[in-house]
Amino acid sequence: MKTNSLEYSTEQNRLKILGFWIFLGAEIALFGTLFATYFTLVNRTGHGPVGSEIFELTPVLIETFVLLTSSFVIGLGINAMRLGNKKAMTIFFVITLLLGLTFLGVEIFEFIHYVDIGAGITVSAFTSALLTLLGTHGAHVTLGLFWGLAIVLQVAKRGITADTSNKAFIFSLYWHFLDVVWIFIFSFVYLKGMM
Amino acid sequence: MKEYFSRFAVPDNGEPMIIASQILIVIVSLGIIVGLTYFKKWKYLWNEWLTTVDHKRIGIMYILSALLMLFRGGVDALLMRAQTSMPENGLLDAQHYNEIFTTHGVIMILFMAMPFIIGLMNVVIPLQIGARDVAFPRLNALSFWLFFFGAMLFNISFVIGGSPDAGWTAYFPLASTEFSESVGMNYYAIAIQIAGIGTLMTGINFIVTILKMRAPGMTLMKMPMFTWSILITNIIIVFAFPVLTVALALMTMDRLFGTQFFTMSNGGMDMLWANLFWVWGHPEVYIVILPAFGIYSEIISTFAKRNLYGYKSMVFSMVAISALSFLVWAHHFYTMGHGAMVNGIFSITTMAIAVPTGVKMFNWLLTLYKGKIEFKTPMLWAMAFIPIFLIGGVTGVMLAMASADYQYHNTMFLVAHFHYVLIPGTVFAVLAGFTYWWPKIFGFSLSEKIGKWSFWFIAISFNVTFFPMFITGLNGQARRMYTYSESTGFGPLNFISFIGALGLAVGFVLIVYNIYWSTRYAPRHVTEDPWDARSLEWATHSPVPAYNFAVTPVVESTQAFWDAKEKGTQLFRGKYEPIHMPSNSGLPFIMGVLFFFFGFCMVFGMWIPSIIFGLAIFACMMYRSFEHDPGYHISVEEIKETEKKYGVNSHENQLA
Repeated sequence: MKTNSLEYSTEQNRLKILGFWIFLGAEIALFGTLFATYFTLVNRTGHGPVGSEIFELTPVLIETFVLLTSSFVIGLGINAMRLGNKKAMTIFFVITLLLGLTFLGVEIFEFIHYVDIGAGITVSAFTSALLTLLGTHGAHVTLGLFWGLAIVLQVAKRGITADTSNKAFIFSLYWHFLDVVWIFIFSFVYLKGMM
Repeated sequence: MKEYFSRFAVPDNGEPMIIASQILIVIVSLGIIVGLTYFKKWKYLWNEWLTTVDHKRIGIMYILSALLMLFRGGVDALLMRAQTSMPENGLLDAQHYNEIFTTHGVIMILFMAMPFIIGLMNVVIPLQIGARDVAFPRLNALSFWLFFFGAMLFNISFVIGGSPDAGWTAYFPLASTEFSESVGMNYYAIAIQIAGIGTLMTGINFIVTILKMRAPGMTLMKMPMFTWSILITNIIIVFAFPVLTVALALMTMDRLFGTQFFTMSNGGMDMLWANLFWVWGHPEVYIVILPAFGIYSEIISTFAKRNLYGYKSMVFSMVAISALSFLVWAHHFYTMGHGAMVNGIFSITTMAIAVPTGVKMFNWLLTLYKGKIEFKTPMLWAMAFIPIFLIGGVTGVMLAMASADYQYHNTMFLVAHFHYVLIPGTVFAVLAGFTYWWPKIFGFSLSEKIGKWSFWFIAISFNVTFFPMFITGLNGQARRMYTYSESTGFGPLNFISFIGALGLAVGFVLIVYNIYWSTRYAPRHVTEDPWDARSLEWATHSPVPAYNFAVTPVVESTQAFWDAKEKGTQLFRGKYEPIHMPSNSGLPFIMGVLFFFFGFCMVFGMWIPSIIFGLAIFACMMYRSFEHDPGYHISVEEIKETEKKYGVNSHENQLA
């Protein structure tokens, strides 16, 4: 960890980064509970469909590819920020957000598809748990898009300062975290469900 | 139009008690508004309190709200005891009784015990670690306002729409729309959610504060015991509250959007709720008890005039308790059929908690051993705690035995048990802490005489109220039953309970009278250190100036201030320097109000206003993101001036 970087340069910045790591700890507990709920209810499909009947690989692969790439790109953005290259940083952040937007678009399409084939959120305990888990992740991505946009605008206006670099770095932690959650969703919801 | 507004009516409207409360609430609210306008206090209220980010003021607001909620919960308790004081009493009907025991539980745990503890930690922790404020002062204000408006939202259920009535545990399917038709359980899900978000943020805030902002020299193993207990408590908060967040969100979705998590058909699983609730609920018990252990550690060592015995074992036992607290949840429903194996494991983990708790008990006793004990009011609470809590603990081990629990489950024995742990454990502790730190907060002491009267009233009445419940419980009186027939023979003991409850009410009124009397008549200008105490909060002035410490203290032992007094070590080294302070902000208060209206609209399923208020909350967050708030500095001249007012003319000479 580069603790001599600008994002760590003030006392308040260091407090914020530690605070955000602890918040991510709470987020792990939150998603952990949602996963536990999902695993408990996954076979309780009632009259509704089971996972293998509704999951489709193509949109899920697109989502995975797009989100993982965005996580890589935001890493490049943070690297550019540490090199003090405002333009490159902005470009990488904008690409990250566009990839996030693509992810969200495909996910919304996926949700509409589920409703169309009779796997809406009210159908069974399984669909409720599935769509709540995916929806919570999707809501985090949505919030992240607005948050990231606010940071891009601030960097454009104020440049790379102790304040903006701290915000951008924390945002990157959040974005990577969403990626990690998605890897679990991809492996244990989709792949396991399709087997 | 009339149809639209009919949703706000309370289902059992026309009940005189509810109409009286509705009228009373309107009159009191009008009275407050008129009073503030007449005395021209709006500006003062806004500038000094509603927008404050000062941890001490936020702490005071938490404690005031907790006291207010103590009375709301207390009235519920009195009504319950009155209803069951005689067989086949007609004071309350079954529905009303259900509502009252539900709100009593929720309010006492979530809106009384929690904020009282968070209030004390707000006031004390930064002082005890020698810091100027918490890590995130504005987030701290937001935490408070979310708790406050969550509590208010929960409380208005009583007069608008109907109270929750499925017990504070809200077990499904009882809490589903099928069996709880009114909006009461919506209030439960959403109001607790709002307050819970605030609590989670408090947890993060205080972990960072304690880990990163301690005075130079204060290593983790030199922290005062109260600070240790708060650190561990907040770690539990951060890992337990997200579970509640999810559980309540799923409940909200089941009730409002027709999902199938806890339903009886389409694969839903009612026991999932019970599990999720107690995975949060049992750690929650330790969230309210560990800070109490910290408070008692401070008070016992101060008034026994002895160093706390077994510092390290105190810390390790708290860590052990916090780990075990996540491994015992299923003991709340042994009887719901999860088999001998599971019951056996949870029996063992539950009984294991008695071990670290016992270690703490012996440490307190050994701290007292050969001490010069002073029986001031805070110490009386601590002394009453030990034997009474022991009864609670021992009956807890009885309940922990799964096979025996089939006899005790859902009887008054259980009710007696958890009151025997929660009241001496938490209520006595916060009252003790409140009396103990009061002079530090306000600069004058509470009356010892009235304090002792309230102590004896509460300590004795507590036992009169709750001890008979052990007996009626073993005889088979079920909890949460609004009445019983005369032939059961429960009547006399329940009547004794009612008398005890009246005594408790007198005791709590005396506490409020003590605040009133002492505010008016108690001598002012207590010293920095009225109890001859040991930790850093007593090293600064009473009441504490906005910046806490003019010079950051330097610490060398677990009881830095005591060593400064006894051995003459220098606490304050160095000169005055300008102090950076965070600016006040109205945003947390505004967000609290918006959350209140957002929650209210959600409760009634009014989607369009919900979305509007939701967007407004989001706009506030965006505003905060773009806002540039560098804070301000208190200059050296100002510090000197303030210090002079406290009579420190040549503080700088002492500093050299």
